[in-house]
Order: sequence, then C-alpha cells, then structure tokens
Amino acid sequence: MKTKFTTDTKLESEIAYFENINLKLESGDTIDSFKLAFKTYGKLNTDKTNAILVCHALTGDQYVAGNNPITGREGWWSRMVGPNKPIDTNKFFVICSNVLGGCAGSTGPKELQNGSDVAYGGNFPSVTIKDMVKAQSLLIEGLNIEKLFSVIGGSMGAMQALQWAIDFPDKILNIIHIAGALKHSAQNIAFHEVGRQAIMSDPIWRNGKYFENNEVPERGLSVARMIAHITYLSENAMHRKFGRKLQSRDIISFGFDADFQVESYLRYQGKSFVERFDANSYLYLTRAMDYFDHDETFRKNIEFSHNPNNHLKYLIVSFTSDWLFPTIESKIIVNQLNSLSREVSFLEIDTDKGHDSFLLEEPQLDDVIKGFLTKNFAKIDE
Amino acid sequence: MNKINSIRKDWSLIETLIAEDRKILDIGCGDGGLMEQLENNRNAITHGIELNRDLAANAIARGFNVVHGNAELDLSQYSNNSFDYVILSQTLQAMMKPKDILSELLRIGSKAIVSFPNFGHWKIRLQLLMSGKMPVTESLPYTWYDTPNIHFFTIKDFLNLCNEMNIVIEKSIGLTSKGKQFDISESVTGVNFFTHEAIFLLSYKNFEPIKIKSSKKVFAKNSVIAN
Repeated sequence: MKTKFTTDTKLESEIAYFENINLKLESGDTIDSFKLAFKTYGKLNTDKTNAILVCHALTGDQYVAGNNPITGREGWWSRMVGPNKPIDTNKFFVICSNVLGGCAGSTGPKELQNGSDVAYGGNFPSVTIKDMVKAQSLLIEGLNIEKLFSVIGGSMGAMQALQWAIDFPDKILNIIHIAGALKHSAQNIAFHEVGRQAIMSDPIWRNGKYFENNEVPERGLSVARMIAHITYLSENAMHRKFGRKLQSRDIISFGFDADFQVESYLRYQGKSFVERFDANSYLYLTRAMDYFDHDETFRKNIEFSHNPNNHLKYLIVSFTSDWLFPTIESKIIVNQLNSLSREVSFLEIDTDKGHDSFLLEEPQLDDVIKGFLTKNFAKIDE
Repeated sequence: MNKINSIRKDWSLIETLIAEDRKILDIGCGDGGLMEQLENNRNAITHGIELNRDLAANAIARGFNVVHGNAELDLSQYSNNSFDYVILSQTLQAMMKPKDILSELLRIGSKAIVSFPNFGHWKIRLQLLMSGKMPVTESLPYTWYDTPNIHFFTIKDFLNLCNEMNIVIEKSIGLTSKGKQFDISESVTGVNFFTHEAIFLLSYKNFEPIKIKSSKKVFAKNSVIAN
C-alpha cells in the first residue's frame, strides 16, 4: 500500500490519502478510499521509537496543540502537549489525526462521496471506535512507523487507546487511558440519544441533507451540545462557577430569557459549537461511542489474544466528580488487568471539574502523565 | 530511632529476605521507595498498591506500577500465586481484618513478608503497668483515640495466629529498640520482651499446588494443605 500525503493550507493540516484500499468496517460496509487529516508535533528520532499518538474526544480534532485555524483558538490539549509540556514535543513525536467520520478534514459525512460532487450526509456508513483505530493504524503504517511508544486519550480518546491495546498490541508499548470505560453505559447512551433527537427534530436537518441548501440545523445541534456540556461538568463545578447568579441583570425577568449565568453560558457553548462542528458528524460519532462495548470481552481479548500483549503498560486515570465515566468504570479495567498480572498504574484524581477535568488544569494529571512517559521511555532508551 | 530511619532499616532487612529477579507486590507502597530499592538492588519486577492519593500519584509519576486503592478491598483482584513475594510493611496492625489480609497475602504471593511493631516490648508493658494508660512510644506514637493502629498484637500473638493458619515462618528477624538485630526463632527466652520490631518471611505449610489441566491453561490452586 502506498499512502499519498499532501498539505492542506487552509486547514493547516497534513492529509493522508488511502486510495482503493477497501477499508472493511465493523458494520460490514466498506469504504473504497478515504483520507485522514492529521497534525504532527516534534521530530521523529532516527530509531523511530519516540512516536506518540494522541486520540481526540468526541468533538475534538487534529489540532491538539498550537493554533486551531477553524476556531482561531489554541489547540484542545495545548496545556498538555508542546515543548516542555507533560507530553514533551522536544522529546516525543506527537501525531494527532481527526477520526474517521469526523469533520475537520478526514473522511466523514461532511466530505464528498468518492467520485461525486455530493457530500455523504446520511449515506456515510456507520463507523465504530474499532474502525477509527484501524484507519489510524494505516496512517501510522503510512508514516513508516513500526511501533508507537504510546497511545493517549481521554473520553472517546480513551476508548481508542483501549481499542489499540486490543487490536494492535504489537504496534504499541503503552497506553494512557483517561476518563474512559470498557463500555458506554445506558445513561451515556441516553444522553447521546437526546442530543441526536434534538438534531434530527430540527426541520432543517432533513434526513441529513441540510448541506444541499447550504443550511445548518443550528438549533438542534446547539441543544445537543448544551445537553452534552452539562454531562461534562459536575454539580459542584457549576455551583462554584455560576451558582444562581443572574446574567446582565439585577432582578429576574419573569420570562424565558437567559436570566441565569448558567443559561447564558450554555447558550454560548451551543452557539459556538455550531460554527465549528457538523451535525451529521455529531450523529455518527456519538453512535460510535454508543456501540463501544468490551464489557464481556476485554479480559478474554487480553488473555487469549493471538497478538502478544504481555509487554503493554497501562496508565489509567479517573476523576472523582466524573459522573459520565465514573471511577468504578476505570477500576473494572484495572481489576481485570491486575487479575492477569499486567503492568498497570491507576490514579483517581480528586477534583470537582467533572468529566472535562482531563482538558483542564489538574497538576496531578500532568505529573503522572509526564512521569509515566519519561520513566518508560528511559527504559527503552537504555 | 526516628520514624524514617526505622522504615529504612525495615526496608534493608526486607531486602535481605528477597532473592534476585522476583516479582513483588508492595502493599502500602507509599511513593515507591521500597520498590525502587528492590528494583535497583534485587532486579525485581515491582507492583504497588497505595491508599493515599498523593503518595500514589508520586509513585506513578516516579514511574512505578502503582494502583491507587485500598488493600482491604482491592486485593481480591490479584490472581492466586501471581507474585513471588507480597510485602506488608508496618501496616498489619492498622488493618480492619488482619487475619483475612494475612491469608490474602499468601494467596497472591508464594511468600509473604510482614513487619510490625511488637506490642509486647518491655517499654510498652511497663508504661501500661506503671501509668495505667495506653502506651505511646516511638514506633506507636499515637494516642488511643486517633491512632490508625487498631489491632495491637505481640510476637506471641502473631506466632499463635500463624500456627492456627498453618503458616510456616521461614525466617524471622527481630530488632531491639537500640537497633540490635537477632534471629527470633533461635532466641528462646525473652524474645517477646525485647523485640521492638519484627519482620517475618512466611509461606504455607507443605504447600502442594493441585494442577488442573485445561486445554488452554494450567491453573494452580492452593486450597489443600497437607499435614
């Protein structure tokens, strides 16, 4: 397989093209050709031992650090990835790609169907976390990297990291799994379903064909984002941040304006999300998370894999106030790995910032990621 | 002997009980000090479990395999005989169910190393006798109402429990309060009186694993103890 690479100047991204590759998806569908948009940071060393793949969460993209040209803001994990940061790009070669089904340059519902001038929209095949990881593995192969030093991700990124450990243990040395789980819980599916219903009941959505009129189901997508955003926070964090404070007024209006700061904040989150994210992509990616389930199979997959995985090291991190992916979910993974005598470290960080903690200022998270990477890299460097 | 020195002394004695290239679980591993020592000096593969969040975070940041968790709840996740040694240093007296912990140590590990302060030491006996109040000493420096040490026991108590549980004491080291070291099993009289701290290397009596063969794996089970 020969991978073609180009640079997209508008997206400020590298694009990898995989042509006539007939990527077989978990659903049974195939995609003939696809592309992945990705960014790299730092330099690959001569032995190619310092490559780290960072996997983004549901609404993330390849702009993990530096400037994001779509939003005009800093990359989503720029506090973690960069020179002298915990994931130090002076030392490591960091790769981050937009997932298959995403909307920041990789093949997804927003992109044109092969050989036509119409976008996929609702015709895009269903993709799963496993499919995303398969596509990423082709990118790593295309970059001529035999082995990744580490795969790191939070939330949906953690799902991908875990999938890497299951599907390609021979191509990685360790994973850092933050705020994730073996499965997407019923409650999580329920929240995603409400979000999808909000999008699909927007009359502008029109079975996913809104792009034909150059329209966007803004109301539906922003409501979906508002709901999701609540699940990323915690009651304590909301209380600390907003309480019952009023927004730009001294007394309540006895109407339905955004009287409260928390309302105004959520409306802003919804509105700004619409400007950067594709509604169909949101449907597909939330579905991919819903389908993620290794609850019954993880232990067996690790124990009886035909692919040796004894060498893998795991760092699992959870947060006390994360009710979307609570600590118990992480502990299930840790227990199963320990029962198989695998090398696993686990920390539950005490914070009130909820699921989103992994994106925010958490010194202990920085410390354990930096230490875990540094010490394990020193071991292979010996 | 202050607290830190006492721990270091404890560690160096534990090290003498451990062979090269073994797999070790350190329960209550703190920030990984003993794990580091055993990796460096014994080429050990180490795992740790630590209840205190900050200490666990430090240990992980220093690159050790450490699980943040509670030994009284989380030991069940480890498989039978998955370690060569399981170490419980200076913590047995702080456990809710010391007997259960002891049997867990020997389920998970082929051998267990347990160290504890001896409540039968003459200074402690004297304090209780003379003052009529619960003793407060250098190795047990807490008042009765805020001590983490909830199960006080003497060397004699420990030996009796081991006997009851069919546990073999392979080696035992005693330390006087002056730091003088001796072999507990060889000193017959006054051991329980003069031992300030004790370290035991334990295993099960006449241990014979039953091997159950399946097509995929061999399972070892230590359910039978032949007398």
